[in-house]
Parts: sequence; C-alpha cells; structure tokens
Amino acid sequence: MSNEIKKLKVSKSLLLDCKETIKDFPLAYETYGNLNENKDNAILVFHALTGDQYVSGTNPITKKDGWWVSAVGPGKAIDTDKYFVICANVIGGCMGSWGPKEINEKTNEPYGLTFPVITIKDMVKAQETLLDHLGIKKLLCATGGSMGGMQLLQFCATFPNRTFSAIPIACSTSHSAQNIALNELARQAIMADPIWDKGKYLKKNIQPKNGLAVARMVGHISYLSEKGMQEKFGRKLQEKADYEFSFDADFQVESYLRHQGFAFVERFDANSILYITRAMDYFDLSRQFKGGLIEAFKNQKTKFLIISFSSDWLYTTKENKDTVIALNSAGADVSFAEIKTDKGHDSFLVNEPEFLKTLKGFIDSMHIKFKNEKK
Amino acid sequence: MKKEFRVIADLLPKNIRVLDVGCGDGSLMSHLIDEKNIEARGLEIIEENVKKCIYKGLSVIEGNAETELHQFPTKSFDFVILSQTLQAFYNPEKVLKDLLRIGKSVIISIPNFGYWKVRTSLLFFGKMPVTKTLPNSWYDTPNLHMCTIKDFFDFCIEKKINISKVIGVNEESTSEIKKSNLEIKNLFSKVGIFLLK
Repeated sequence: MSNEIKKLKVSKSLLLDCKETIKDFPLAYETYGNLNENKDNAILVFHALTGDQYVSGTNPITKKDGWWVSAVGPGKAIDTDKYFVICANVIGGCMGSWGPKEINEKTNEPYGLTFPVITIKDMVKAQETLLDHLGIKKLLCATGGSMGGMQLLQFCATFPNRTFSAIPIACSTSHSAQNIALNELARQAIMADPIWDKGKYLKKNIQPKNGLAVARMVGHISYLSEKGMQEKFGRKLQEKADYEFSFDADFQVESYLRHQGFAFVERFDANSILYITRAMDYFDLSRQFKGGLIEAFKNQKTKFLIISFSSDWLYTTKENKDTVIALNSAGADVSFAEIKTDKGHDSFLVNEPEFLKTLKGFIDSMHIKFKNEKK
Repeated sequence: MKKEFRVIADLLPKNIRVLDVGCGDGSLMSHLIDEKNIEARGLEIIEENVKKCIYKGLSVIEGNAETELHQFPTKSFDFVILSQTLQAFYNPEKVLKDLLRIGKSVIISIPNFGYWKVRTSLLFFGKMPVTKTLPNSWYDTPNLHMCTIKDFFDFCIEKKINISKVIGVNEESTSEIKKSNLEIKNLFSKVGIFLLK
C-alpha cells in the first residue's frame, strides 16, 4: 500500500444541518479487496469516534495495525478475498477528510473553531457521495460499531435501501445523558489545557497533548467493563514491588491509561475530538424524523442484524434492543443477538470469537441472498 | 422435520407473514420460506439457536417471549406460531393474549398430558411420566403448567378464544379433534395443535 492518502474531492454541494453549504471538500478513504463484476460484494464500514479509513492491514500513517484487523482482512470474518470493503474518514476527522485541522483556503490558516459544527447526518451524506464515485448503487452490507453504528442507522434512514443488509453494532438511535456527560468530560479536558487556546493551537504547530490524553483516558475507561478491568489489572503494580508513595503510575491500570492517552495524541487532533463528540451528542433519530423512529425506519427493505455486548455499559443491550423494537414497529426485517462477554464496549474491536462468527455467518448468508436477488 | 411441523405448515397459506415464537434452530422457518414463500421471523431465547438461525440467513431476535412480546406491533403478522412452549411460561394466559394481539391467527401446539402413556405411567407406576414429548424428570423440567388437550379446549372456551381447528398428532396418524371425539382423542394424541383466531 502506498503512503499516499486516497482522497475524493466531493464536488456535489452539501447542505449541512447547521445550514452552511459546502462543496469541493476532500473525503479520504481506503478500500480492500476487489469489487466483482456483478457488484454484489461491496461492504461499507463506518468508523467510530477515534477510528479512520484504515480498517485493515497496516495504517500507512501510524504504521500500526488497522483498527478492525480482528474482523476485516483476508480469511477474516469480513473476508477481503471475497468482499470489497470500503471505509471513509468522517468529515470533522483528521485523517485526510475535511476537518478542523485542514487549511481554510480563504484565510490560509487551519479552520480550528471556525469549522462548522457537523452532525452524524452530515458525515453520512458526505460518505454517500463516495458510493456514487465508486459506481456502487446498492451495497451488500454496511456495518459499524459505536459511532459507526449510529452513522449506519442514519445512513439507512436517510438513504433507504442503499444497502441490502446492515449490521449496527453496540450503538443506539440517540445519545444517552451518560454518554453526553462522558463526552463533555473529554471536551472539558481538552479545553482546560492552556495550549488549546480556543482551538488556535495549530497555528503554532502544537497540540494540547495533556488535555487530549485525559480525554482519551476517559474514553478508555468507558470502553471496558468493571469485571474486565478488574481481571486485566486488578490492583497489580507496574513493574515494582511496593508503593512508591508518589503520584507516578504505581498501578498497572494507571500505566495503561497513561500509555493509551499519550499514544493517542501522536495520531489525533484535539479539535476533531470536540467536533466528533458533539456530532454524537446531537444524534437523535427520533427528533430528526417528526413521526419518531417508526417514521425514520419506514419502508426499509434492508435486512438488519443488531448486535450488543452483555457487559457494554456505554451502549447497553437495552438501548440496542430499543432499536430492534423501533425497527420491528416499522415492519423492518431485523435480527438481534447479544454476545455474552466481559470485554465491554470494546468487544467489537478485539478478538471475540462468538461475535466474529456471528458477523461472518450473517454476511455470508446475506451474500447468497443478495446474489439471488440480483439474478 | 418433525411431523408436528408438517401439520403446522399444512395449516398455512402461501405468501404470508409468520412469527415463530421459540423458533429453535429455525428448521420450521426454513421450511416455510422454501415451500410456501412465507416471510418468517423468529424469537428465540437460546443463544446457540439464535446463531444457527443467523448463519442460515433467517431473521431471528434473541429474547424471552415471556417478557418481550410487547415489541411486536398489533396484528403485524398473519400467523403467530408457538410450538410446545406455552406450558413453560410463568403466565401462559398473558403470553397467549399477546400472541392473539400480534397475529391475525395463532397456532399453538401443546404436549398432551392426557395421552394414555402419560396416564398409565402415573396410574401404574406412581411416577411422573418421562416420555419422548416430555423428556425431563420432575425436578429439571421447564414445564410449569402442564395441561391436556381437553384442558386447553376448555380454557379457550372459558376465555372466549375462538378455536378454528384442533388437530391431534401421534406417531401413526393425525386427525381432527371435535367436541364429539374430544374424550377419545385426548387419550390417544401425543400433541394437540390448535388454530385460534
């Protein structure tokens, strides 16, 4: 893979929810595998808050594994020998798509806080243009976990039947008070860092690293379960025999959080966290559609599989089931499975065999059905 | 496929919407889709079975019929099927009411506690019966509310539930049960299948 980020310059003008119209903006994306002649093997992946377009293989920018290598790749649950996998960086992000760290051509400076407040719907509308660009009328499947799942629900509501099947994972149709609160904690951590300077730090070519690292730590706590965290770290000390009676990282869990926090600042832009978490907080499908969720999901022919994780306290099984109920009420074709695991919200990103088997079983069976429909 | 499922399938018209409550591994749903072009959905509590359905491309929701039938809108299915599980609910009457709300018609099958082998087991051996249709011992059976075909017949009349058809099934034959032959069929049918409206 070359180190160059693939970018589509979106020429179609896009009316954002904040009423601003944009056009000629960059949308960075990556694809894996090959689109077959019948075009019946395309799968669109929506990434989560801190993800990017590099789903599988090696991320050419960070030189680390793609964020979903556990599920996507040759011979994996989403088999790139068989399927054509597409993923785009969300607008508002910082891996090449139009976001707050990009240069505003009018001022010749990074947007910073002059970037418009975007929504999940805006992200999805931008990504739909990529399907047109790639010549895909109907996807075999679209999937995503967490914010990726929210984008997927929005995608299905805004562009009905653009995908034959959909797998929203560990997500909801609106952000809960708890989730908004955690996002606010992350934002406040960033904004409390003096380097942040009302988002103007990029002009000085620096990052509010301390604030951004704390924001990431908040996230990491919420991605694990209480039990999972206890089993992984317990009260184990970090490479020492006794307490040091200081504020260094004595405990392994502290060391883990610090490591996660400070590794993150190398690859992410602080303003992007503000914008993307805001988009998540504003997400509320039933508010968007005047008739509520039934209106949002009416006339769906897409076959849905909702997956939740038993120990996920960020997007609980109950919230996922509420989506199932809404789809059922709208008469949509929906399946639901709860994966029993201690790995918390992170379950969809790690090697969780029961989850991966379910994912593969569903996609493979949908492929057979989709091929029959296309005949 | 189980004989009971064949009888149920024969009761269904083509091209309709069916909800199979307690759909197991989806074998009845697969049959209905293939043979009758039926749009089938399932509700199933056992995780392993849910996955088997998903691998087959069947639409299934993991959940407990006792507490989660409220998610299905009123009259959203032409038929709702409940195969040999009514007796396992804490509150079978409530579940039945929900099924009648969701489906325009309901098919319920019950393992018949009035079957002669069950009766003789209790009469001659003085022990709770263990048979093919009732394979568990008294201490580990999921069945909380066992009943006979006659019991369920009377129950429907008492609750003013409209019975369209009743079929008795045993190894050798299937036969229609009417009020006139109820006593004898209650003795010789292993399973009773009720079509309710």
